[in-house]
Amino acid sequence: MNNTNSMFARAMPLLLGALFVIGLVAPFAVYPTFLMKILCFGLFACAFNLLLGFVGLLSFGHAAFLGTAGYICGMLVRDAGVTPEVGIVGGTLAAGALGWVFGVLAIRRTGIYFAMITLALSQMVYFIVLQWKATGGEDGLQGVPRGHLFGVIDLSNNLAMYYLVFAVFCIGFAIIYRTIHSPFGQILKAIRENEPRAISLGYDVAKFKLLAFVLSASLAGLAGATKTLVFQLASLTDVHWHMSGEVVLMTLLGGLGTILGPLVGAATIVSLQSELADTVGSWVTVIMGVIFVICVLLFRRGIVGELQALIQRAGIR
Amino acid sequence: MEIFGVPSALLGSQLLVGLINGSFYAVLSLGLAIIFGLLNIINFAHGAQYMMGAFVAWIALTKFGVNYWVALLLSPLIIGAVGVVLERTMLRKLYKLDHLYGLLLTFGLALIFEGLFRDQYGISGQSYPVPDLLQGGVNLGFMFLPIYRGWVVVAALTVCFGTWFIIEKTKLGAYLRAGTENPQIVQALGINVPLLITFTYGFGVALAAFAGVLAAPIYQVSPLMGSNLIIVVFAVVVIGGMGSIMGSILTGLGLGLIEGLTRVFYPEASAVVVFVIMVLVLLVRPAGLFGKA
Repeated sequence: MNNTNSMFARAMPLLLGALFVIGLVAPFAVYPTFLMKILCFGLFACAFNLLLGFVGLLSFGHAAFLGTAGYICGMLVRDAGVTPEVGIVGGTLAAGALGWVFGVLAIRRTGIYFAMITLALSQMVYFIVLQWKATGGEDGLQGVPRGHLFGVIDLSNNLAMYYLVFAVFCIGFAIIYRTIHSPFGQILKAIRENEPRAISLGYDVAKFKLLAFVLSASLAGLAGATKTLVFQLASLTDVHWHMSGEVVLMTLLGGLGTILGPLVGAATIVSLQSELADTVGSWVTVIMGVIFVICVLLFRRGIVGELQALIQRAGIR
Repeated sequence: MEIFGVPSALLGSQLLVGLINGSFYAVLSLGLAIIFGLLNIINFAHGAQYMMGAFVAWIALTKFGVNYWVALLLSPLIIGAVGVVLERTMLRKLYKLDHLYGLLLTFGLALIFEGLFRDQYGISGQSYPVPDLLQGGVNLGFMFLPIYRGWVVVAALTVCFGTWFIIEKTKLGAYLRAGTENPQIVQALGINVPLLITFTYGFGVALAAFAGVLAAPIYQVSPLMGSNLIIVVFAVVVIGGMGSIMGSILTGLGLGLIEGLTRVFYPEASAVVVFVIMVLVLLVRPAGLFGKA
């Protein structure tokens, strides 16, 4: 077990390096907008996984962070006329602040109640976005300009936009990777495994949970703000509870609590949706539901989790 | 006649709407609480099962000419049976795992049900006529009361208190409460706990379907009718806490009334008032009004 674990630890930098190179050359082989969508949702799912996979908190309201950041970024860039990087930072901070509010309320309860509270709070955000005039109501925020990064680089060029999204993803991913492998991350895992024991060891569990929640919300916001620039649109679907469910599905399918799982899950779901949208129409929801049920009943380790288990078994033999 | 500067007819009719919504909250949160008590899972499919209950009644009427009264009995039986099958084939496999998997599984099921009905019937609502016996209304002097709406409140409350009676006062209810406390010991005493669990889930689901049939003549019967409602019901459950049957009923009714009042005095907030109350309760009494800490 230890041997294979250290094998993973050794192989990980190599794997990440290879993925980084693939990320650099990918836009020359695949449609950049499609890749940007995968990276945005990948970061969103990684941020979600930080909470569910490493602290054991199931948030059913993460769409609120993705969507709020998207709307704030869109309003900043379109209506206040700031440069895109300011818009992204503004959106991320807004999501972090909202995450603090959600966190303070939700960590008062655990388990299933935690999930229900986050879901209810995000539904409240949905109604506010729906009714507030500045967000465009049912039309959403349309025609957000991509603008010039730092006032210099023109982002209407798809390739320039791609490398910005790629950089944002790498920064977000690095923050998550660093967090998981820090002493802070170890305490989070201890809370996941045995909360009463973590408390008895003298850790202020509520504080750690809140920190993790704010971090996860901010990163989800980072993904949302970037996504708004990519598609030049912030819409109600981003704050709807379906989106909260989708990120759970991406994470579960890719592999809960694995480092690369959420990205794999996001890539799978995004590809599946764009494939299916043309062929089966409204059956997409049904298929998502079926994948959910299969994942929960038969495939709880997810794609990456199963692969790791496979390699581990081979290693033991 | 005016009360706080609001015409009494307006106040009365909004309070009635609030009471009706509250009745639905009560029946649905009661079902969730019963299921949670024994199975330890939150039934995310509850909203979808409520929707299916309404659809079964609508299909029975339009395709087979089955009237409202028969549907009121038949639909909960059919949907409850579907629930029994789901419990036997899927939910049962998850009891040893983290409770969150139950939530995720039922979420997936909700997506499947909703998607199937949306594919078949679209998102526009179907209307279900008010049964002949309950048509018309009575003038109460200060407001006009449509008879069907009065009936919904009476029927919902009857079912709620009937359920309360079964659980608190009968032998079967005693088994159920004991099973909630400690299933191993109840099993050791020779009671078939797995069967009890199956029927508890079926009963909770049947309650949702019953609410769906009651709702059919009031709201449009549409595939999405359950999904927004269920999130409000989750907030109701957080506010009340799932520890007490009577607590679920009272919280549901109370919140419906508060929502109705909000619609009179500050309509913009009526969609979020339940969530705001949830926030306040979490700050003051995190375990919920009737919850055990």
